[in-house]
Amino acid sequence: MSGYLIKNASVLGGEPTDLRLADGLIAETGTGLTAGEGEREIDAAGLIALPGLVDLHTHLREPGREDAETVLTGTRAAAKGGFTAVHAMANTFPVADTAGVVEQVWRLGRESGYCDVRPVGAVTVGLEGKKLAELGAMADSAAGVRVFSDDGKCVDDAVIMRRALEYVKAFGGVVAQHAQEPRLTEGAQMNEGPVSGELGLRGWPAVAEEAIIARDVLLAAHVGSRLHVCHVSTAGSVEIVRWAKSKGWDVTAEVTPHHLLLTDELVRSYDPVYKVNPPLRSQADVLALREALADGTIDAVATDHAPHPAEDKDCEWAAAAMGMVGLETALSVVQHTMVDTGLMDWAQVADRMSARPAVIGRVAGQGRPIATGEPAHLVLLDPAHRAQVAPEAFATRSRNTPYRGMELPGRVVATFLRGEPTVLGGELVER
Amino acid sequence: MRKNLVSAADLAREDALLILDTAEEMAALADRPIKKLPTLRGRTVVNLFFEDSTRTRTSFEVAEKRLSADVINFSAKGSSVSKGESLKDTALTLQAMGADAVVVRHSASGAPQRLAESDWLHGSVINAGDGTHEHPTQALLDAFTLRRHLNPGAGHDLAGRRVAIVGDILHSRVARSNVRLLHTLGAEVVLVAPPTLLPIGVEGWPCTVSYDLDAVLPKADAVMMLRVQRERMNAAFFPTEREYSRRYGLDGRRMAAMPEHAVVMHPGPMVRGMEITAEVADSPRCTVVEQVANGVSVRMAVLYLLLGGAQPAGAAPVPNQAGAAGTTAEENAQ
Repeated sequence: MSGYLIKNASVLGGEPTDLRLADGLIAETGTGLTAGEGEREIDAAGLIALPGLVDLHTHLREPGREDAETVLTGTRAAAKGGFTAVHAMANTFPVADTAGVVEQVWRLGRESGYCDVRPVGAVTVGLEGKKLAELGAMADSAAGVRVFSDDGKCVDDAVIMRRALEYVKAFGGVVAQHAQEPRLTEGAQMNEGPVSGELGLRGWPAVAEEAIIARDVLLAAHVGSRLHVCHVSTAGSVEIVRWAKSKGWDVTAEVTPHHLLLTDELVRSYDPVYKVNPPLRSQADVLALREALADGTIDAVATDHAPHPAEDKDCEWAAAAMGMVGLETALSVVQHTMVDTGLMDWAQVADRMSARPAVIGRVAGQGRPIATGEPAHLVLLDPAHRAQVAPEAFATRSRNTPYRGMELPGRVVATFLRGEPTVLGGELVER
Repeated sequence: MRKNLVSAADLAREDALLILDTAEEMAALADRPIKKLPTLRGRTVVNLFFEDSTRTRTSFEVAEKRLSADVINFSAKGSSVSKGESLKDTALTLQAMGADAVVVRHSASGAPQRLAESDWLHGSVINAGDGTHEHPTQALLDAFTLRRHLNPGAGHDLAGRRVAIVGDILHSRVARSNVRLLHTLGAEVVLVAPPTLLPIGVEGWPCTVSYDLDAVLPKADAVMMLRVQRERMNAAFFPTEREYSRRYGLDGRRMAAMPEHAVVMHPGPMVRGMEITAEVADSPRCTVVEQVANGVSVRMAVLYLLLGGAQPAGAAPVPNQAGAAGTTAEENAQ
């Protein structure tokens, strides 16, 4: 017999339970289970067991920007963060707008072995917003693409957006919109508000996000399709999504960990580590996002993990790239902002970081309950652990984290992908 | 005094008054046959200009030379900066060359603060204008000019004086620095502009706001006109230059509505016929030329206070990579 016996894990924060993993499945659950011959026992007393996390929004940068990240380094970072599946965004070089590119990324993910990689296909050719990419070919490819996004750019043309929403219905796809009205955000550098006015940085108004979301939920309703809204960042966006859901429309939304914690006050340092798209907003926005995640208006936490090499952040604000790494800190930030504040319990964390994103992305076998017969995608978290974020220890190739030196709770002790550990004792398992 | 001058917000009332009082002493020097002090002898000051500004650079250069500093002008044009060298590498180069102070002008808001807070440079950083953020020495020379006209005398501030700042507030680093400094010195500032040229959140600034220039003028002790670039029209900030001039330009008729003692200021360069007519620009009430002269005195005072006395003259650090840095220095010095 091989496999693992996890002893006394608190499943979704509940009573201590034993979990026997064998042949990629959760073979048995219960209490007082004993390890069979050749079965490795893991003492999980005090640890929370969650289903493996699923990220809807990851930039793995390969192909094209292997200096920032590769599929291998990115999936290693994902495993360390407790993820067992990530959606690799399409804004690579070349853009993932053909079956060939998405299959390449998918294959690299399979070879890495650290987590499942679900390529996201571009909505339009070259992310240019002009001409639909071959969405069907990407859906039918080995990569089996279901999420389509021009992320980084907004599908701002209303007709193209309408057609994309309609077209993906044929294969159960979803368009994940990066909501950013381009004219209102020309040269925009940070959230438009009192801080941008003082700092003399060009403002990025909330309305530029909200206007697109409002249009898109109406379009989705009109054509009876599914819409997913990427990285919602304002209180107003939350209101629109809440309204769309109240109408019964098939609209889902995600929020990033950094928008649950950080505000535009940090930009006063002019340190580009805080430069991100969409920008850090106000404290009122942060509180609205937390509330919306807790009540389910926002369906998922998605990292928008966006690695950049040092030189793209070690410069003046205007010249810096936008984005933050987030895979290895996501669960800690969610614990800090949502669990330790009493807004959510661990079952809700599992729902927002695993079950719902898996449904949105149509990721078979992921985001399942922790129960006998289910695939053994698991993460074990020590919620009592507290440590300062040390980017030097990251598995991602990049170091552009806004949390450097910040004390955050929670540590991923182990991650299991199909019953095999990718992380054990807090360290990556080399494979 | 602090080590750097990045924002007018860095200056407490006492700091600002010390600079203004010191600038008065520096101004007296201009009347002597030999307009030079040995204060910064052996100290190296680099004028690091990523953005063209002959006026500001020249003003700093004159101030530096009158204090006997070794002056290096490092401009983006014709240097490695235009070949893609980063702000960081430029700063490291200047550090290796032993710059005691760097006067920096940059098109990106926050670039001087980045330099001041990084470990790339150890010398003083003086902001000579960054993007649409701040231009603190301009605010100091404006305050100096205002004090001479409205409340002359060492130790005096601008308490109760009403200053209108008119024009493109949104894109103006001069306005941001002036609002902060004039407020520190007790003045009452009113910003006058079309709503399109006021930043979001301006209601939180320590000043009042008006859309109506004619209502403000009769109560103003000074009116500071800001340059309005014609290109703003293309981004729909206002319909036409004629309409802008009619509503927010200062002409002879409007100047006559100001109190007799009130002055007209402009940081330059002026766009005659846009925000200011020739009649006003050339009138004796207009302090533009005086502001230029005061700029030298104020910048001497800033350099003197930030650098003077910190180290004995002649004790400037030796470049630690003499060979490599020496070559670069010659290449980059203009």
